[in-house]
Amino acid sequence: MSEQALKELGDVIAAKIGGDVLKVEVKLGELMVTVKRPAILAVLTALRDDPDTRFEQLTDITAVDYPDRAERFEVVYQLLSYTHNRRMRVKLATDEDTPVPSAVSVFSAANWFEREAWDLFGVFFENHPDLRRILTDYGFEGHPFRKDFPLTGYVEARYDEDQKRVIYEPVRLTQDFRAFDFLSPWEGMTNVMLPGDEKAALQDGSKKP
Amino acid sequence: MSMTVSTESATGVVTTGPGAPISASGPETKTQIKPYTMNFGPQHPAAHGVLRLVMELNGEVVERCDPHIGLLHRGTEKLIEYKTYIQAVPYFDRLDYVSPMCMEHAYVLGIENLLQIKAPLRAQYIRVLFSEITRILNHILSITTGALDVGAITPALWGFEEREILMEFYERVSGARLHANYFRPGGVAWDIPDGLLDDIWAFTERFPKFMDDLESLLTENRIFKQRTVDIGIVTKEQALDWAFTGPMLRGSGVAWDLRKSQPYEVYDRMEFDVPVGLTGDCWARYLVRMEEMKQSLRIIRQCCKEMPAGPYKIEDRKVSPPPRGEMKRSMEALIHHFKLFTEGFHVPAGETYTAIEAPKGEFGVYLVSDGTNKPYRCKIRAPGFAHLQGLDFMSKGHMLADAVANIASMDIVFGEIDR
Repeated sequence: MSEQALKELGDVIAAKIGGDVLKVEVKLGELMVTVKRPAILAVLTALRDDPDTRFEQLTDITAVDYPDRAERFEVVYQLLSYTHNRRMRVKLATDEDTPVPSAVSVFSAANWFEREAWDLFGVFFENHPDLRRILTDYGFEGHPFRKDFPLTGYVEARYDEDQKRVIYEPVRLTQDFRAFDFLSPWEGMTNVMLPGDEKAALQDGSKKP
Repeated sequence: MSMTVSTESATGVVTTGPGAPISASGPETKTQIKPYTMNFGPQHPAAHGVLRLVMELNGEVVERCDPHIGLLHRGTEKLIEYKTYIQAVPYFDRLDYVSPMCMEHAYVLGIENLLQIKAPLRAQYIRVLFSEITRILNHILSITTGALDVGAITPALWGFEEREILMEFYERVSGARLHANYFRPGGVAWDIPDGLLDDIWAFTERFPKFMDDLESLLTENRIFKQRTVDIGIVTKEQALDWAFTGPMLRGSGVAWDLRKSQPYEVYDRMEFDVPVGLTGDCWARYLVRMEEMKQSLRIIRQCCKEMPAGPYKIEDRKVSPPPRGEMKRSMEALIHHFKLFTEGFHVPAGETYTAIEAPKGEFGVYLVSDGTNKPYRCKIRAPGFAHLQGLDFMSKGHMLADAVANIASMDIVFGEIDR
């Protein structure tokens, strides 16, 4: 589908939904619409039922964590229209404390997708019929896919021969977790002075050609 | 947990559940059946992996079925955030371990979309060829173990022999039978070895005989039909509402296949048909999968016949490593190789959702890049995850043994559901 057609579709959607649309983007041949959080149910219902859009299927819901933002989570809804053979995504922003209206009443499939987003990111969904953890262990604490949750986690499980049961202990690594930052010399070293670089600089401070 | 697979349950013959005390004093005594909760799995051969079901049963009739998943959760998406783009490819083999190359396919297409590159034609043909081999590999396992779940053991024994032949093709092309790690952003890792295409062609000539044998065992088999016809009916509306894709959707009469509707790679050059089921029950899904294997054979033959010559990966040295021989002589090639396998390549900031028609349904990868050498977020959309949450409505009112038939017809693999 051409970028132009997607832009037009984006404009149509923006006109229909009106003030609840914050941003319409077309990038890499994909349409993205950012909406206000409280309006998400109205938006999804409109996109599903309107004959011009007909996004009948909710393919996926996920979250992306941007810790630097004021509202750190971006909740992303992937939609697919079988009638028009199109895809789009709807996005909204939220933080740890602000609930997002649950889409289960619009798409039944949202149930597990939202449970997953809650489990892994701690995005809370309002009016969800059954917001339990889904992928992590029974009794797990924390939300592992947040950027501030360490890759190694906090606890590890093992079977204890004395107590005859599985116990949880703080993670002990025999070798420190090694995170290499390869983002270096070629692209990133244009404005850096390494020891010895001053010899290459001329008296007035400018670099030799 | 013990469970008997009874053929009576599907025919409507009343069977008493294990919770119902059967009194020996005669038919005039009323039996009281009390609803109870039963734990199914997580270690059970019919659960297709580590599925734990908490079921509310009324006698032998399922009233509610709550799948507990996550027992195989490895945090793949988080691990990928800590790996460079190329290092993350092997994780995809380990998602749906029954169809590894299709998983890789979605991921490399996503990266290629972000990088705005396209693999050379030969690479595209190789990828399509192996995606279809993978589809057959997957459907053999799905159908035959599904038959095993409803009481037929022979198809599984025969099917695994054929799977082994296909895995040999995997091994010859990638060096590994299962976790291939063969597709790369911008092409494939190596060219296909000499003679492989001829052997694949020979396989396509022999395989229809196996399909006929399999069909003669199952399709019109009375017991198999009793166990699958009218079991787990999914309507069109339900399939859309519950985000069903792949054979689960086509079994319900929706003519939709991403290879046709949103063709990627060289699928638009291929001639094949999309089978659509009429009834939306387990049997329809079985028939769809059977027919899909035949269509895959057609695609494989076209790929073998039309396989073009040329490079098997992109020549851009910033993305694909130089060949070994060149590295021995060229300093620049050596530097490129070193940089690619330490730092990896940088992907421009952006995001994309790329979906392919995996054997189980729509497998999508939502990749968010922040311009560095590692994905900022990689969300994997697994078809089985959406299907499994439909198990509750599909099994409601059916017998316990039919819930097993439903699980089998969904083609559940826990690698991709738990991720």
